[in-house]
Amino acid sequence: MSTHEQYYVPAQSKWPIVASLGLLTTFYGLGSWFNDLKAGRDSLSGPLILFVGALLLAWMLFGWFGNVIRENRAGLYSAQMDRSFRWGMSWFIFSEVMFFLAFFGALFYVRTFAGPWLAGEGDKGVSHLLWPDFAFAWPLLANPDPKLFPPPAGTISAWSLPLLNTVLLVSSSFTVTFAHHALKDGNRSRLKGWLALTILLGVCFLILQAEEYGHAYHELGLTLGSGVYGATFFLLTGFHGAHVTLGSIILAVMLVRVLLGHFTPEEHFGFEAASWYWHFVDVVWIGLFVFVYVL
Amino acid sequence: MSAVIDHGHGDHPHGPAPGLMRWVLTTNHKDIGTLYLWFSFCAFLLGGSFAMVIRAELFQPGLQIVEPAFFNQMTTMHGLIMVFGAVMPAFVGLANWMIPLMIGAPDMALPRMNNFSFWLLPAAFGLLVSTLFMEGGGPNFGWTFYAPLSTTYAPQSVTFFIFAIHLMGISSIMGAINVIATVLNLRAPGMTLMKMPLFVWTWLITAFLLIAVMPVLAGVVTMMLMDIHFGTSFFSAAGGGDPVLFQHVFWFFGHPEVYIMILPAFGAVSAIIPTFSRKPLFGYTSMVYATGAIAFLSFIVWAHHMFVVGIPVAGELFFMYATMLIAVPTGVKVFNWVSTMWRGSLTFEAPMLFAVAFVILFTIGGFSGLMLAIAPADFQYHDTYFVVAHFHYVLVPGAIFGIFASAYYWLPKWTGHMYDERLAKLHFWLSFVGMNLAFFPMHFVGLAGMPRRIPDYNLMFADFNRVSSLGAFLFGATQLLFLYIVVKCIRGGEPAPAKPWDGAHGLEWSVPSPAPYHTFSTPPEVE
Repeated sequence: MSTHEQYYVPAQSKWPIVASLGLLTTFYGLGSWFNDLKAGRDSLSGPLILFVGALLLAWMLFGWFGNVIRENRAGLYSAQMDRSFRWGMSWFIFSEVMFFLAFFGALFYVRTFAGPWLAGEGDKGVSHLLWPDFAFAWPLLANPDPKLFPPPAGTISAWSLPLLNTVLLVSSSFTVTFAHHALKDGNRSRLKGWLALTILLGVCFLILQAEEYGHAYHELGLTLGSGVYGATFFLLTGFHGAHVTLGSIILAVMLVRVLLGHFTPEEHFGFEAASWYWHFVDVVWIGLFVFVYVL
Repeated sequence: MSAVIDHGHGDHPHGPAPGLMRWVLTTNHKDIGTLYLWFSFCAFLLGGSFAMVIRAELFQPGLQIVEPAFFNQMTTMHGLIMVFGAVMPAFVGLANWMIPLMIGAPDMALPRMNNFSFWLLPAAFGLLVSTLFMEGGGPNFGWTFYAPLSTTYAPQSVTFFIFAIHLMGISSIMGAINVIATVLNLRAPGMTLMKMPLFVWTWLITAFLLIAVMPVLAGVVTMMLMDIHFGTSFFSAAGGGDPVLFQHVFWFFGHPEVYIMILPAFGAVSAIIPTFSRKPLFGYTSMVYATGAIAFLSFIVWAHHMFVVGIPVAGELFFMYATMLIAVPTGVKVFNWVSTMWRGSLTFEAPMLFAVAFVILFTIGGFSGLMLAIAPADFQYHDTYFVVAHFHYVLVPGAIFGIFASAYYWLPKWTGHMYDERLAKLHFWLSFVGMNLAFFPMHFVGLAGMPRRIPDYNLMFADFNRVSSLGAFLFGATQLLFLYIVVKCIRGGEPAPAKPWDGAHGLEWSVPSPAPYHTFSTPPEVE
């Protein structure tokens, strides 16, 4: 803690309040839009408010991160500040893990408890009285009430696109690590190559995922509304896809920074944080591949 | 707005900026702590006024003041505002003010994010409270918002309720990350983990709980949002889901949440009791381990909220025994507080009065919790006023008294003035009497079968309810006295020395009162 005296306490900043207002506007717009859709109201105000909120957030992200990057490059940060950023990023990733855990937990609960009970098995099989004809199997191709929730005709096989996506994403974890080693070795051209390849793999993953969703919606009838299989499938893979999108954007920002000559072999926490995030996204995918697609 | 490149070396410290923008743009932990504390007090008064509506309606049997539909909104909003708006922000405010002072740090680790955490709260609660004025009314499904009441049968404002919860969650997670980074990274040289004040320890563990469970709360409201707007069937058995799933995910968040609301109070009381007993805290190490044990156990007891919902017998037994285990580390804590007072030179200034009442009354709430933990007994108590009595005993003389005790204890440090001791004692006694009058009779009506969250009741409960309402009005009105005491203390009073309590220990008493705008720009040496 010898660097304590150098600790950087930033002065006033407008970005946090812009961020708060941006989030509030975004959520208010989103909520109005959802409610209008549900009530069948034809109104543009929700999407417009959402758009304004998104603009505020984009402005904030450029401003706030730009601010941090400028301070960092001006040499204002100490080793201690670096450790604060590391703790911050690690615990943020832990919070993301817990967010996914809620959905994985829902999946396990439905498959292990609620489903079999609804079909008359186990300790709470009495709920079978509700739909006496219901038999439980996973994937759930017959819902208790098929009128309310029309079941899917089939599900995505693990050994087609999902397997390819697994290969893509696991490879991208390797390539981002190669990029990191290149950065530490001071080899900028290899760094650029591996990083660009990582982003490319991420984008390919997203394209295949979109392809898979199209197949599910249009050919299999596997939708958000097709019972709890579709609900868990789309929420888990959808939130994962959103995180891959975010991760790709973060890596793209890192590529731009590399091209601008940022980062040194010794000091490059922005890049490391991005790669941590990318590895986290990868690990979640492996959980998804095993528990959503294979098992 | 350019990158600000002054200071950072403590060579030209600047004071607060003039005007309103000081509070909007601030990155100073003391400013942000103050904002949190005032926000929390406003929420406390708002949530309290909703409680007054509830108690006015329950003053006598029959429906007289409000519509049942509005009564439901009052019980829901009272709970949400007190939990997320009053208690949690108050502790974050105390953490902001005190943790850097206690560990010898110049500020919180991530000061701009700290400001973001605070300013999300007015956004979240503005959105939440605005639902009361929306078509169909505000949330009316109880603060636990069980599906399908909160999905299929909810007013359309539920969408904004969900987003308000998201905003609060983001705020809490960032606040907690900040606390952990500060405690792990910014301690003064020599301040090892096992030398940290217990308030810092309990907050470190609370922050871990927050980061672990607030995302799960975000997950459950997201599933609600999907069920409401996108046709999913997480909580609908017709599509293979299960309404009970909601309760599992909610209480996986909800049970650690109750410890989030009490652990920082444990820490504050562990600072106050030794000060006014003029003895070191008895069993410091066991206090740390007991806090850790409580935090761990809080993750494996959630289904004791769901004994009557239909879970297998093996589950009932597991959750019953696991819940009872929590009494062991909690007992360690109560034993240590009492042992600290044993043969001490006790004086009873306002912080100590609140702290001693905390120990006694929180223990009563703990015991009724043990009764509720017994699964077969809970079949009788479930959803009665006994439950209401239980959690108000742990939250009012627990969390809230812990906050009052902390406020009086540290007000001299914050304002540079001594508060009016005579009025503070009056505040304590009126709160103590009012709160016991309000909540103790609820045990009796609950055991006799009065259901919670219902605006009317059987004639036989009339007397006890009248007492409860009178006590609640007394407790509510008394809090205006607290406001007066605090304002009076800010505006003037006997100047406070750096260490106004002769038995106090810790780095926060080594800086002048009021604490300068920037403290510990160079770290102090500990021991």
